[in-house]
Amino acid sequence: MWKEPLKRREPCEPRQKEFKERCTQCAAVSWGLTDEGKYYCTSCHNVTERSKEVINTGAIPNTKIQAINRGLKRKRKLERGWDWYVCEGFQHILYQQVEALKTLGVGPELKNEVLHNFWKRYLQKSKQAYCKNPVCRRKVTVLEDNQSHSDWDSEPELLRDFSCPSFAESGTESQPDGLAQKPFPISKASQSETASICSGSLDGVEYSLRKEKGIVKMTVPRTLAFCYLSLLWQRETVTLSDLLRFVEEGHIPYINAFQHFPEEMKLYGRDKGIFAIESWPTYEDIYKKMIEIAKFLDLPRFPDITEDCYLHPNILCMKYLMEVNLPDEMNDLTCQVVKMTGVGEVDFLTFDPIAKMAKTVKYDVQAVAVIVVVLKLLFLLDDNLEWSLSNTAEKYNENNKEDKPRFDFRKWYQVMKKSIDEKKQEWEEARAKYLWKSEKPLYHSSIDRAVAFKRREMVVDLQKQFSTLVDSTPTVGRKKPSSFQFNWAEGDAARTCFHGHSLQGILQNKGQSLTTKNSLYWLSTQKFCRSYCKHVTTYEESNFSLSYQFIINLFAFLLRIKTSFLHEEVSLIEKRLFKTKYSKTKKKSSRSRKGRKY
Amino acid sequence: MSDFSEELIRSKTEDDQEESCVLSGTGMYFPWLQKHIDTVETGGKKEKDFAQTTSACLNRIQEALLKHQWPQAAGYMHSYFQILEDSDSHKRQAAPEIIWKLGSEILFYHPKSNMETFNTFADRMKNMGVMNYLKISLQHALYLLHHGMLEDANRNLSRAEMWRYGEKSSSQEVLINLIQAYKGLLQYYTWSKKKMELSNLDEDDYAYNTASQTMLNHSWKTSVNLGALIQTPGVWDPFVKSYVEMLEFYGDQDGAREVLTNYAYDEKFPSNPNAHVYLYNFLKREKAPREKLISVLKILYQIVPSHKLMLEFHRLLKKSEKKDHHKLGLEVLFGVLDFAGCTKNITAWKYLAKYLRQTLMGNHLAWVQEEWNSRKTWWPSFHFSSFWAKSDWKEDVALACEKALVAGILLGKGCRYFRYICKQDHQVLRKKIRRIRKSVKKHSIVNPGL
Repeated sequence: MWKEPLKRREPCEPRQKEFKERCTQCAAVSWGLTDEGKYYCTSCHNVTERSKEVINTGAIPNTKIQAINRGLKRKRKLERGWDWYVCEGFQHILYQQVEALKTLGVGPELKNEVLHNFWKRYLQKSKQAYCKNPVCRRKVTVLEDNQSHSDWDSEPELLRDFSCPSFAESGTESQPDGLAQKPFPISKASQSETASICSGSLDGVEYSLRKEKGIVKMTVPRTLAFCYLSLLWQRETVTLSDLLRFVEEGHIPYINAFQHFPEEMKLYGRDKGIFAIESWPTYEDIYKKMIEIAKFLDLPRFPDITEDCYLHPNILCMKYLMEVNLPDEMNDLTCQVVKMTGVGEVDFLTFDPIAKMAKTVKYDVQAVAVIVVVLKLLFLLDDNLEWSLSNTAEKYNENNKEDKPRFDFRKWYQVMKKSIDEKKQEWEEARAKYLWKSEKPLYHSSIDRAVAFKRREMVVDLQKQFSTLVDSTPTVGRKKPSSFQFNWAEGDAARTCFHGHSLQGILQNKGQSLTTKNSLYWLSTQKFCRSYCKHVTTYEESNFSLSYQFIINLFAFLLRIKTSFLHEEVSLIEKRLFKTKYSKTKKKSSRSRKGRKY
Repeated sequence: MSDFSEELIRSKTEDDQEESCVLSGTGMYFPWLQKHIDTVETGGKKEKDFAQTTSACLNRIQEALLKHQWPQAAGYMHSYFQILEDSDSHKRQAAPEIIWKLGSEILFYHPKSNMETFNTFADRMKNMGVMNYLKISLQHALYLLHHGMLEDANRNLSRAEMWRYGEKSSSQEVLINLIQAYKGLLQYYTWSKKKMELSNLDEDDYAYNTASQTMLNHSWKTSVNLGALIQTPGVWDPFVKSYVEMLEFYGDQDGAREVLTNYAYDEKFPSNPNAHVYLYNFLKREKAPREKLISVLKILYQIVPSHKLMLEFHRLLKKSEKKDHHKLGLEVLFGVLDFAGCTKNITAWKYLAKYLRQTLMGNHLAWVQEEWNSRKTWWPSFHFSSFWAKSDWKEDVALACEKALVAGILLGKGCRYFRYICKQDHQVLRKKIRRIRKSVKKHSIVNPGL
């Protein structure tokens, strides 16, 4: 149903046999000839600089003439790529992203049904397709060639053959339907002449100026919101922070996604503003955009998040406990907190865009916040109790080497601190070294083109020169995608695994139930912000204990979110947990006494 | 050669330091301030992560350079190049210079780098943006000089000399002059080598003529090259020196004098003590009248009262017939000894002791008092403490004696320094000390009645 969004216009010439080298991009040996006599790879559409004449003749006297010839042709070709619309560009990006998700192990229905439908709905709602008189074509309808387009407007299956892998496999060229089709054969010349001044796409200029009330305009960050919506709908085992981390690690195309557009889809001018991205996606931003899109698409209530779903806090807590090397036994406590706070309820967890206050749970952030609350219940985290409990645990472990070791907060801190610092350093270094610019330079107008390409060439040259001077130690290769960032193996002294450690000594039997030995608790937030700023509370790091800071920093880094964001979530969990006490403690001193029973 | 190249290198590193200061705005580095400034620049808009990457990268390169971690610096440099594609044209235009500075530093020290890599890099950077061509060419030439590649450096300078780009801005003009002058300096170097060869040859030798001919050739080219720069206000010591040497060698005394006079007296030029020193030395060689020499040194005295030529100045003044010159002679001596670096200059003390006696005998007590009044609060502890007495006696008895005499005259025989020296029983010096006592008694400006 999905289809490589764009196709070549010209019918494919018979495969060329003379040229037998492997393609530099996909290593296939399957060459076609473009209308200018250049070889292009039929499987990835990489066009080479080799042209047929050069190979065949190879005679020196001719080369000069050919070069001139080629130069002229080339110029014309560059000015005129395919005619394409901005929404096709986004469709292409979405296509790449969903393909990447598929290779990450997400079920195929996500692409064929969910995202496909969302996107269709979006095009319809934003009046770009599947409706009478779509926006992007209004202005040129007069020039439209009826014959080839009679069914464009009314054709509901715009994206029907979206899933055809690529035209190389489909073999035949130019199927009459789909976005791939060239929409205006007659108007083309005049169109591209005017359009080429400011954008490569047909409607780039218009698109960047368009401001319609109530319409959510597509942007590159919103493609991620679309991906996440589909993941959420499918209840896949990918959280938003995972998704963004995969983007960051390069497993999902995002920055410079446009460079994988087909060669003939020229981007310049206004397209630059639309498709070039110079910032990383942030959790808060994508989260907001996701809700916004869900509302715009008028989506119904999402499938229920039940206890057996990955996104349920019980399961996520387990995952994050493993991730940060905390004892498995803590899972009982997290489950209890989840139960008491009610954050595990289906209605609470399930996303319903049509509800009055459309709001969805930040599943990952919330799960982590539950863990923070449990840590506070167990160790108080006041820079005092956790250390004295550690002393006891250490002594016990020394004297009872045969027993299951008791959890020693200090040891855990030491191991985690070291690991997280290393990870953070690695991450910062990767960020400082990140190469943002695409291999395909973007330029504002055809006048800038030569300059942009020259600049690109210069940078590549310099990089080549300096790459020989870089430390020969192999840089860490691309990480394999994983929902875990740490790996805690038994037997490594520096990276002790605490999963099997017991909470004995921190919990005590009281009658039939276990209670925490520690009976104190302090609230992360005394006062919630009531103004309209939408902030729940503020987080002034220096007001909190060092242990709390460490824990918050640790988790915030894992999820790549701001510390204040996590702190807010912790406060919200506490608000639910101490609902009854909260109103009183607000008036009392900063530390509330509270005995908790389990 | 060694002096010469050192000078060139020094001027290069000085340049670099200056530039790096400019980079961080001030000499100090405040990360928060930098961030603040950045947000002001972007008009409060959130900085793009691209900008964060490049600025973090720049910081890391600087840090790596500081720690001499060349491979790491090269690694970050690899990523930093993308700033050349920054969409912010302001940053993009400033980038080539920064890249050149950092990159050349890395390539200068990197163990895997070599001449070829450096040359490729320099040639590439030269052609990036119009404004950098000359500066980079010049620095490239200095790099080559440092590696002893004189001919390559010369070729580089010649190429840069020929380079033109439309209307050259005034700053570029100075650079062109500087490039020409460095070329001239290289020619001077060849010339002075030839001169050395020539001095080893016999005048009747057949080779002598050809050698002197090539020498002449060189000097002519050099004077053309150096001439332009020297006209522009600035500090051009090595250039002026070599230029004058050549002019003098060929007997163009007037030319040399003109150059030096201009260099010393033109008000557009920054105040430069060396300019006066060169002029003085030249006039001395020329055996110019004393009056003239004094007028040159008078200016030097105003700029650098502690200059080592001041003692010579004193001698000139002493020999002069004018009374105010005699007075100035005293001033000059006091002036020299005001400086901590001159406290152990025995000649200065000897001169002062002698001249004080002479002045007082000439009934010019007022002159001495005038000088002494401003110094009597601090000279006693600065020069005449008992600590100094002890250590001077230990290190240099002759110095101690001179100082004791001065101390006695200025402070009277009750002064600690004087007393300490007098108490020392030294067989050889016994006579001398007695003489000192006598002259103190005779000349001391302190009223003996007190």
